[in-house]
Amino acid sequence: MAEYIIETAKGKWEVVVGLEIHCQIISKSKIFSGASTEFGDEPNTNVSFVDAGMPGMLPTLNKECVHQAIKTGLGLNAKINKYSEFSRKNYFYADMPTDYQITQFRYPIVGEGNICVDLSDGSTKNIGIERMHIEQDAGKSIHDLSPTKSFIDLNRAGVGLMEIVTKPDFRSPEEAGAFLRKLRSILRYLGTCDGNMDEGSMRCDVNVSVRPYGSNEFRTRCEMKNVNSVKFVMQAIENEAKRHIEVYENGGTVEQETRQFDPSTGLTKVMRKKEFAHDYRYFPEPDLPPLILTDEYIDSVKNEMIELPDAKKQRFIEKLGLTAYDAMVLCENKEVADFFEKAAAGHDAKKVANWMMSDFFAMLNKKHLEISQSPVSAENLGALVELISKEVISGKIAKDVFEIMSETGENPEKIVEEKGLKQVTDTSAIEAIIEKVIADNPDNVAAYKNGKTNLAGWFVGQTLKLSQGKANPQIVNKLVKEKLDN
Amino acid sequence: MNDITKLTVCETLDALKSKKFSSVELTKSYLENMEKGRHYNAYITECADKALKQAEMADRNYQSGNNRLLEGIPLGIKDLFCTKDIRTTAASHILDNFVPTYESTVTQNLLNDGAVFLGKLNLDEFAMGGSNETSYFGPVINPWSKDKDLVPGGSSGGSAAAVAANMCAAATGTDTGGSIREPAAFCGCTGIKPTYGRCSRYGIVAFASSLDQAGPIAKDVKDCALLLQSMAGFDEKDSTSCDIAVPNYVDFLNKDIKGLTIGLPKEYRPQGLNEEVASYWDKAAEYLKARGAIVKEISLPHTKYALATYYVLAPAEASSNLARYDGIRYGFRAEGKNLDELYINTRTLGFGKEVKRRIMIGTYVLSAGYYDAYYLKAQKMRRLIHNDFMEAFKQCDIILTPTSPITAFPIGDESMLDNPINMYLNDVFTVSINLAGLPALSLPIGLSQNGLPLGMQLIGKPFDEATIFSVAAKIEEDAKFERK
Repeated sequence: MAEYIIETAKGKWEVVVGLEIHCQIISKSKIFSGASTEFGDEPNTNVSFVDAGMPGMLPTLNKECVHQAIKTGLGLNAKINKYSEFSRKNYFYADMPTDYQITQFRYPIVGEGNICVDLSDGSTKNIGIERMHIEQDAGKSIHDLSPTKSFIDLNRAGVGLMEIVTKPDFRSPEEAGAFLRKLRSILRYLGTCDGNMDEGSMRCDVNVSVRPYGSNEFRTRCEMKNVNSVKFVMQAIENEAKRHIEVYENGGTVEQETRQFDPSTGLTKVMRKKEFAHDYRYFPEPDLPPLILTDEYIDSVKNEMIELPDAKKQRFIEKLGLTAYDAMVLCENKEVADFFEKAAAGHDAKKVANWMMSDFFAMLNKKHLEISQSPVSAENLGALVELISKEVISGKIAKDVFEIMSETGENPEKIVEEKGLKQVTDTSAIEAIIEKVIADNPDNVAAYKNGKTNLAGWFVGQTLKLSQGKANPQIVNKLVKEKLDN
Repeated sequence: MNDITKLTVCETLDALKSKKFSSVELTKSYLENMEKGRHYNAYITECADKALKQAEMADRNYQSGNNRLLEGIPLGIKDLFCTKDIRTTAASHILDNFVPTYESTVTQNLLNDGAVFLGKLNLDEFAMGGSNETSYFGPVINPWSKDKDLVPGGSSGGSAAAVAANMCAAATGTDTGGSIREPAAFCGCTGIKPTYGRCSRYGIVAFASSLDQAGPIAKDVKDCALLLQSMAGFDEKDSTSCDIAVPNYVDFLNKDIKGLTIGLPKEYRPQGLNEEVASYWDKAAEYLKARGAIVKEISLPHTKYALATYYVLAPAEASSNLARYDGIRYGFRAEGKNLDELYINTRTLGFGKEVKRRIMIGTYVLSAGYYDAYYLKAQKMRRLIHNDFMEAFKQCDIILTPTSPITAFPIGDESMLDNPINMYLNDVFTVSINLAGLPALSLPIGLSQNGLPLGMQLIGKPFDEATIFSVAAKIEEDAKFERK
């Protein structure tokens, strides 16, 4: 893939990036309590005594969250650790009721893995996963309701999170963006996280450093917290890298610090200097025993695993003859892939893919619809392609039929039948039309005979026009030539 | 009528069953004693009205024959157990207005068995202390005090004092490093800290989560057996509680101890051990020998590291457990100009000196750069101490030691207050047992020359409280200790 090199008057630089992604676990109840995880309820209505950090309350581990974490780990092609441990991360904050976060520190539930990302030039790259652990989310502080008071909503406090830490494998903003899209796609396939960065159910911390192009060193990195869209992550990397380069080229040193990305300017600013970094005083959580997983349990989760985007993409290419690009686009979203497979079942898969990639997606875009809301069902799209394949209608007529389908949701056979759009393949009927065109245009016939053979196309067009587009173009072509050359 | 508050729980139950007196009469007698004994400062909160209502209910149950295991027995509850609609303070200013809307599992178990709650008992603030002097509500006075006011021991000082002064039939306690056994010993009571995981910690204000256990303090061994029976049991709300069946402990009291091996750890007899303590220890061993037990010396080689280990691990956990008392959601709050100031003001004013000392120690030993040297080292030492006991239990069934190297000392003792280490040294015989998670009972063996109770400690194998009760019952019979 094309290298991402930042070139200045003084030299060439390479960017080194690692990501930490917090993903909210999809589960009915919170990771250490029985309270609901419902998003958007009235503030402080989904809060148990445990979530509120009341005296004497104890966490109990929600097995559903463990199950989701293992599933995710398997989706990251990662090692599932049979022994993991919870730890406390100690720091004071008003929306964290116990003033410590229960997380995993030395022994995470998921170890090393990797994700293959698809890049715009059609190449792929493997990004290493360092680890993934599970932990609890904090509540939300609301500072803008009163000039003198802050408000706290604990509905989110205690919702399960998976923190995925990558290796510092990214060398360009594009790679990081492609990774986030692929990760989101995998999580959504698995149903373990909804991956909505704008709602905060997937949050990204970005670690950026730069180094002279060609060197292998790792320089001081800066961390940008909670960058909340793929676009912003890419922008943050680009701008932070430029900042580092400027510092180095002016003879300065980059300080290790936590920075905040400002989406309105695309720039970052200091949030916390290293000397103010928290000492989290991690230690094993004494209220929870170590988490021991058996091989049987891990295997049972393995058996539930569904086909993930990469495998699906490969199958679409190999078994259904799709191009790599079409397969990638169709596989990014499981609903789209499922729709495609349903539409392609028993029909020409390649043609179905073409229809989806062009008219179908264009229609959804125009109507601002999700695929689940599509007026054209998968079965009907397949049926439409089938009508073209069987030469019942031409590709041109098909576009008109599709237009009607997307308005009415009707099935294409019915539309073709009712509107009388069936292609005319009866040669005698077509011959009659051709003969009429020839008879009506003696001048053009003469010109053709005198050598202007490209007029054949004009005769074909006239014939199709007279047939109101229903005449099979191949047959018209053939017959026009025969008649004129006679 | 004789003073019915002098009866044990088991005797009282017999009397209630045979309708010699009612639970209401009994409860009133205890409430009178509480009033007469106010100067002991054993109770932080009294709930007479509630108690009388519970007693009426108990009497109805006796009438209808629906009486339960502890029907109508008036208990005192250490103010570390959250009790629904009854203020729960942990003897701290920071929680002095806190009224839980939930009930701890242990107290719920007692309520389910028909117990009556007289009130909430004083303790060292957040159970941190060995003399009950760190309570925000002032020290408790040991009912055995003569010319000078003596401490009842701690942290369950209110519990032991209330039992000794017949201000409740029995009490709950908690024990993190000796907090049931030491006050039981100082006040001439019997108390047991069961195996870690035996009683649910749900709803008990946490001090050091990996060490805390609830248990009863009562007038005798049989009462302890009966109360523990009620308090113990698996609880899915506490992930560290164990799903192991609770035997009928009272059945083990009469069990023969012939052939049992009793270990006496040589490390518990250092040079300079108080002679009275040592001779009572020998006497207890003689009692058991006379009953057909085999007494042998054993070794617990890492004993000398136990105190240091304890005073690293317990504060470490406490520093984190007590973080939630920050003035944001409940309890005491001192305002500040910003969040940090609010935290600082609240915690500076809300916590007492000893609690702050332990939070500081705990924060220090967990800090970057010190974790390995203190916390991690202490964790390793804890494992070795545990292994010592497991090795010892290959050679014996029960370990017998004194509970405390000293008897109750005067309130305000300067050597203890000036140097907290001197106070911590009183825990030398008890902390190892918490580190190893083992069950241990303290019962009175006799009086010192100055007329103060001394306790003996029986340590059992994990989840073998039953054998402890068998052995303790024999010592109790032979020692013929006279309660106050």
